[in-house]
Amino acid sequence: MSDFSALVVEDSPTMRQLIVFALRRLQTLKVTEADDGVDALKKLQAAKFDILITDINMPIMDGLKLVSLVRKDEIHKDIPIVIITTEGAQEDRQRALALGANAYITKPIQAPQVINTVKELLKL
Amino acid sequence: MVHDKKGKERDDVGEGKDDARQEVVQIVKRGAEFTEEVLKENERLRYRVAQLETAQSSVGKDDSLVAELLAKIRRLEHERSEIGRRFAEVEAENQNFANRYIEIENENNNLLNIYVASYQLHSTLDFHEVLQILIEIILNFVGAEVFAIGLVPEGGGPLRPLIVEGMERDELASLATDSGVVGDVVASGEPRFVEFSESREVKLRDPGICVPLKIKGQVIGVVLIYRFLQQKTELAAVDHELFTLLAGHAATAIFASKLYTDSKRKLKTIQGFIDLMTSEGAAG
Repeated sequence: MSDFSALVVEDSPTMRQLIVFALRRLQTLKVTEADDGVDALKKLQAAKFDILITDINMPIMDGLKLVSLVRKDEIHKDIPIVIITTEGAQEDRQRALALGANAYITKPIQAPQVINTVKELLKL
Repeated sequence: MVHDKKGKERDDVGEGKDDARQEVVQIVKRGAEFTEEVLKENERLRYRVAQLETAQSSVGKDDSLVAELLAKIRRLEHERSEIGRRFAEVEAENQNFANRYIEIENENNNLLNIYVASYQLHSTLDFHEVLQILIEIILNFVGAEVFAIGLVPEGGGPLRPLIVEGMERDELASLATDSGVVGDVVASGEPRFVEFSESREVKLRDPGICVPLKIKGQVIGVVLIYRFLQQKTELAAVDHELFTLLAGHAATAIFASKLYTDSKRKLKTIQGFIDLMTSEGAAG
């Protein structure tokens, strides 16, 4: 039985599959996928998650908007948020962290980066 | 009187004998006492000898105990050095295992990227989806910022752009496939890694990386990478694996999906033509 649940928000199926496969190595983690910010909000309303992993550049609703909305949500306002993005500029990182993200990873990613960040935030 | 005198003399002689006897008795008595004393001394000395013998034997025992302990220490020292040697061996072995574990972990991570890229590339026969997946692989997995994929025309001529990211499509369409870096790669079938720099200036005829897309050894197109994302500071082992994957699999994925899309479109046209003919025939 899974002890923790993660929501992975990424519009690219290829990237999403890579993140999900990486997270599957953490056997205590149940992973749910969302295509964009709006899809993620729906899933966050339907269930309680322990960690949110999101891209920034997505259609309909981007990752930064999602972060700011989640931080105002009564149930998930304290959820750890990991950003995984191609945006490597320092100002992008600072903006995301200022909005409430807990970790910022730039693409291209390697599985251990994601796993270690999630483990650290969930104190696994 | 004489008699008396004689008697007196006899008495004197008798008294002298008594004295002598007493003296002898005294001597004998002293002799006995002396003998007794000698016997006692002898006894005392015997006891002392016995004591010394006991002491000496215990001293001998201590020596043997010391010798035994020294031997034991030597044995333990030997064992300790043996254990130390074994420990060093096990530690070295452990280090090897740790290094091997890291290598395998890296290999696993690389394989994960390769697997996902390959899986996605062959997950569809839709031409546009294949192109989209290629963009995702080159952008997200390789970390390229300015890149393109183009087909090499069978009869020669400039590149036919399929994917163009971060530059003008028309510009790429003028790129010759029989000269320069692209010409070399098309002719040799080998990838070309000219230079790697995250702040590289984009020059059309000078891509940093040029990977051929091959089907059965024939180059049908090229992947051109002009610049990487700013956070990508060096090429990793997995990048070379991904380029190899692209060289083989991207070509077949593009080719198969193009054929499928074309045949589907042709089938639709033929079907439309047949429908038209049958409806006109029915009307006539």
